[in-house]
Amino acid sequence: MSIKVENLSYTYMPGTPFEHQALKNVSFEIEDADFVGIVGHTGSGKSTLVQIISGLIKGYDGKVLINGIDYADKKQDRKLLRRQVGVVFQYPEYQLFEETIEKDIAYGPTKLGVEPEEVERRVRAAMDLVELDYDLYRNKSPFSLSGGQKRKVAIAGVLAMEPSILIMDEPIAGLDPMGRENFMRLTKSLNECGLTILMVSHNMDNLAEYTRHVLVMNDGELFMEGTPEEIFSDYDKLRAASLNLPEVAQFAKLLRAKGMDIPQNVIRYDQLKAVLMEKLGGKQL
Amino acid sequence: MMQNVTIGQYFPGNSFMHRLDARLKLVLTIVLIVMIFFVRSILGYVSVAVLVAAMILGSKIPFKMALKSVKSMWLVIVMAFVLNAFFVKGETVLVEWQFIRIYRESLLRAVEMAVRLVLLVMISTMLTFTTSAKEITDAIESLFRPLAKIKFPVHEMALMMSIALRFIPTLMEETDRIMKAQTARGASFDSGNLFSRIKDMLPVLIPLFISAFKRAEELALAMEARCYHGGDNRTRLKVFKLKGIDYLAMLIIAAEMAFIISGI
Ligand SMILES: Nc1ncnc2c1ncn2[C@@H]1O[C@H](COP(=O)(O)OP(=O)(O)O)[C@@H](O)[C@H]1O
Ligand SMILES: [Mg+2]
Repeated sequence: MSIKVENLSYTYMPGTPFEHQALKNVSFEIEDADFVGIVGHTGSGKSTLVQIISGLIKGYDGKVLINGIDYADKKQDRKLLRRQVGVVFQYPEYQLFEETIEKDIAYGPTKLGVEPEEVERRVRAAMDLVELDYDLYRNKSPFSLSGGQKRKVAIAGVLAMEPSILIMDEPIAGLDPMGRENFMRLTKSLNECGLTILMVSHNMDNLAEYTRHVLVMNDGELFMEGTPEEIFSDYDKLRAASLNLPEVAQFAKLLRAKGMDIPQNVIRYDQLKAVLMEKLGGKQL
Repeated sequence: MMQNVTIGQYFPGNSFMHRLDARLKLVLTIVLIVMIFFVRSILGYVSVAVLVAAMILGSKIPFKMALKSVKSMWLVIVMAFVLNAFFVKGETVLVEWQFIRIYRESLLRAVEMAVRLVLLVMISTMLTFTTSAKEITDAIESLFRPLAKIKFPVHEMALMMSIALRFIPTLMEETDRIMKAQTARGASFDSGNLFSRIKDMLPVLIPLFISAFKRAEELALAMEARCYHGGDNRTRLKVFKLKGIDYLAMLIIAAEMAFIISGI
C-alpha cells in the first residue's frame, strides 16, 4: 500500500514552556511494496513521524494518506487502519503481557475480530516467520525467554495481524550482529511478499544493504530523500545531519583518497567487492 | 495520550520565586493557605489576590499557565459553588422557583468558597511550578530532621519520596509508549463498560509493572554499586541557607498575616 505525507507539522505540548516542534512541513510519498529506511540523529523527529503515520498521534497539521485514505477523517473506520498498518516499536519486548507465547501473539488478530481457527493459523505462520518452533514454544511464558527471543515473539505478534504496511522504529537496536542480519533478511522476505516496509534505524550498513529508498530527517525537517546510492554517497550532507557513511562507503572513500578510482555509488559490500576484483585483475571466486 | 498534564509540573527557571529557599517556600505556602480561611473581608481577599498576582509575576511564568491549573480543577470549584449555593440555608431568600430556594447568605458563601478554592489552587501551583520535586523532598527532609531524634526514619522517607517523584514522569512516558504499542495491536481504551475497560487496561498494566520492578531492581543495584548507605554522615551537594530575598518574602507574608488577622 502507498503512503502519502503532505505538509506534516507537529508540536508537542503547544502553549507550554515545554513546547517543541518535532516535525516541520514534511512531505513525501512511498510507493506500494517499497522498502524505506528513515535515518536521522536522536531527536530529529523519526519516532514522531512514524507514530503519526501509524495513527497513534493525533492533532497534527497536514495530511497522511494511506492508500489514498485519510484516517484522521472521522468518517473512516480506524479499525481498518489497524488492520493495514503494523507497528513494531523500539524494544517491542516490553509490550508482552500474556501467560503464554501463543496467547500473546494471538492478542492482535483476536482484537481485530479474526476467527479462532484463522488466529491459530496466523500464530503458527508468524512464529514460523520469526523462527520460533510452534510446538516447542507455544505454551511457554514469554517472560521466560531471552531478550532476543522476546523480541521475536513481539514481532510475531505484529506479523500475525497480517498488515500490508509494516512500520518499525529502531527494531534492531540492541540485537547482536547475527540477530540484526537475520532480522534484516526476514524484513526483506516480507517486503518481497508485497509488504510496504518503513524502518527507522541508526544502522547505515544494514539500511544501505537492504532498503530501496532512504529518508533523512534533521531537526524535524525532511533533509534528504533518495535511493541508498544517492544518500549514502553524499558524505558532506550526511555529516551536516550529524550522520555518517556506511562502512563500505567509508572504506571506498579512504581508497579514493589513496588515489584509487572507485565510483561514488559504491555503498554495498558486493558492489565494492566487484569493483576491487576488477581493479586488481583478480578472477571472480 | 498523556500529554498536557500541568498539575504538579515544575518549570525550570531562575526567577525570584525560583530562588527562594525551598524550606521557606513550603512553610510560607502552608501559612498562606491556612490564612485564606481567616480572611473576613472583601479587602482581605483582594490583598491575597494581589499577593498571588505578585507571586506569578515574580515567577516569570505566563499568567495563562497559572490559570490553566485552575482550569483543571474547575469541576471541584463548580461543585463547591453549587453545593453551597443550593443546599445551605440562609435567611433572606433571593430566588424561589419550585423546590429551589437560593438565599442571599448562601450565595455569598458559595462565591467565597469558589474564590478560596481558586486562590488555594493558584498558591499551591506556584509552589510546584517553581520548586523541583528534589527541592521539595530535600526541604521536607530538612524540616522533619528533628524527628530523627525519636528514631523516625526521616532520611529513608525522604529518599523514598524523591525516588517516587523522580519516576513519575518516567512511568508516564512508559505508560504512553505501551498504550501506543497496544493500540497499534488493536486495543482500545475508551469504549465499553467499566469492567471491560479494566480488562482492556491489563495489556498496559502488566508490562508497566514488570518494567517498574525491573527499574527498581536496577536502581537498587546502581545505588549499591556506588556504595550508597543510609542517612548518617551524609553530606549534601546543596545546603539550604536563608538569603536576603528569603527574609523579604518572610516580611511580606508576615505583613499579609497581620493585615488579615487585624480583620479589616
Ligand atoms: N511526549 C513528548 N513530549 C514532548 N516532547 C517530545 C515528546 N516526544 C518527543 N518529544 C521531542 O520531540 C523531538 C522528536 O522526538 P522523536 O520523534 O522521538 O525523535 P527521534 O525518534 O528521531 O529520536 C525530540 O526533541 C523530543 O524531545
Ligand atoms: Mg525515536
